[in-house]
Amino acid sequence: MINGSSRSYARIFINKFSRDHLAVAGGVIVIVLFIVAIFAPFLAPYDPAMINTKNILAEPSLSHLCGTDDLGRDVFSRMLYGARISLTVGFVAIGIAILIGVIIGASAGYFGGWVDDVLMRFVDLMLTIPTFFLILAVIAFMEPSIYNIMVVIGITGWMSVARLVRAEFLSLKTHEFVAAAKALGVSNIMIIIKHILPNSMSPVLVSATLGIGGAILTESALSFLGIGVQPPTPSWGNMLTLGKDNIEFAWWLSVYPGLAIFITVMGYNLLGEGIRDALDPRIN
Amino acid sequence: MVNSLLEVQDLRKHFPVRAGVFSRVMGHIRAVNDVTFSIEPGEVFGLVGESGCGKTTTGKMVLRLIKPTSGKVIFEGIDIMSISGEDMRRLRRKMQIIFQDPYASLNPRMTVGSIVSEPFHIHKIGNPHERLGMSVELLAKVGIGSDSLNRYPHEFSGGQRQRIGIARAIALKPKLIVCDEPLSALDVSIQAQVTNLLMDLRAEQNMAYLFISHDLSVVEHMCDRVAVMYLGKIVEEGSSYDVYSNPIHPYTEALLSATPQADPKSTQNRILLKGDVPSPMNPPDGCVFHTRCPIATFDCKKITPQLEAREPGHRVACIVK
Repeated sequence: MINGSSRSYARIFINKFSRDHLAVAGGVIVIVLFIVAIFAPFLAPYDPAMINTKNILAEPSLSHLCGTDDLGRDVFSRMLYGARISLTVGFVAIGIAILIGVIIGASAGYFGGWVDDVLMRFVDLMLTIPTFFLILAVIAFMEPSIYNIMVVIGITGWMSVARLVRAEFLSLKTHEFVAAAKALGVSNIMIIIKHILPNSMSPVLVSATLGIGGAILTESALSFLGIGVQPPTPSWGNMLTLGKDNIEFAWWLSVYPGLAIFITVMGYNLLGEGIRDALDPRIN
Repeated sequence: MVNSLLEVQDLRKHFPVRAGVFSRVMGHIRAVNDVTFSIEPGEVFGLVGESGCGKTTTGKMVLRLIKPTSGKVIFEGIDIMSISGEDMRRLRRKMQIIFQDPYASLNPRMTVGSIVSEPFHIHKIGNPHERLGMSVELLAKVGIGSDSLNRYPHEFSGGQRQRIGIARAIALKPKLIVCDEPLSALDVSIQAQVTNLLMDLRAEQNMAYLFISHDLSVVEHMCDRVAVMYLGKIVEEGSSYDVYSNPIHPYTEALLSATPQADPKSTQNRILLKGDVPSPMNPPDGCVFHTRCPIATFDCKKITPQLEAREPGHRVACIVK
């Protein structure tokens, strides 16, 4: 205890995490996806919007790794660009969800009493609405675009974060360091931000990582239904729609984007579970 | 008594006990009941009693960390329960607290430097450079080197952490520090160090302590005056010398007879109390101690004894003795 270094918490975390092979695999998947998304223009062999009517629905080959679609566009290049959409939607949507969830959960947990009652009943109310149908209903009134999708996924996905943060606040606010801060005259808002929040972030981190996979899946589903990311912008979801129309003659239009979604969501789930186990002091 | 630093008058805290589907109030835990005492500037006032008797609740109410059900806390002539939150925050410079558990009282995600300089931030004292200097000075006062500024609390031992907590409490040069069992989580050898540190700091900065403890010998060693609490009430109060050499209340007598003696040959008559402390949800009528008192009479069940002076400055709540 006395001789531990400043980074000993981090070191224990890294030790435990690196022993969990599935978690490391998830982490590698996520890192590769990031590289792909950032460097898509350099990695893509073709312009994803380049139409080539002479070479439509070409089977996968060395020149077109994942074949071409019904307009002759290179599926592999479109998938690389689609990774940008997926990552952006995943991160921004979860970012919004965490922002709302932390504000509501922190207020409910810290202030308690009627504030807690009102906010948590609101959370219960939100949870009774099937999220996907709520998103469909909201999107029906708005222009389908990537921005609207991110916002809507965010404002329908914050409830679990709010509950986690509230639970952490309920236990942390009874700690003596919070009473010490109060005795020093620290304001409520600063106690929440500076003293309690940093101590309550680990379950939020886990929930966020797991949530990104879910958000990517929701975006794909919406785009598949035609109310998400609009063509010609490539997203894995709207590529699947194209695949559905041509599934009899061109399996590669469905299989490759489907695999991309599958691997990405699995990567985030493995990473999230790995972080959760590594942060849990009861699991060695 | 006009110039007291702190005056506590008829302080009372009843925690509601809720149960059932609609959280109806099923009763009250009478944690603190009509507690009255005062502390002079620079005085060490001990508050002793067994666990659950309301000592800590009293300490926290003195700092308005818990709102009392009724009663007054008057600090330097100001009733701190009636002033605004903003005024209270300013007043907090003058009253601080040291906690029992040095593992829970320091934020695990803050460096020692930011913990001890936080008081300066909150009360806007000095610029960042001066704050650093003041933090180093503070840590030096409690015997912690300046190389600790960038380290985290978990890297320190219990005694070191307690000293960091003390550094934080004395940062603003308060007039009063509530010491909420600051020694009971520490090893005996460390207890002595921290006791001496507290006494040195008091002499240096002329602070008053409200020293809450269940360790009778430490209280005798440190305190000018002592109040003994039982089940939310003060049963005896007086100068340490009077209370220890001439305990009047039967509970004080029993408590003192339970203090371990270093001399194996000393023949002391231990007064063994029968039974357990009654539930504070349903305290006995009359004298709260009558259920366990070796000298209780029939009247003790009916008459609630008041604190009355037996000799100058020595007050006892007992109708028998």
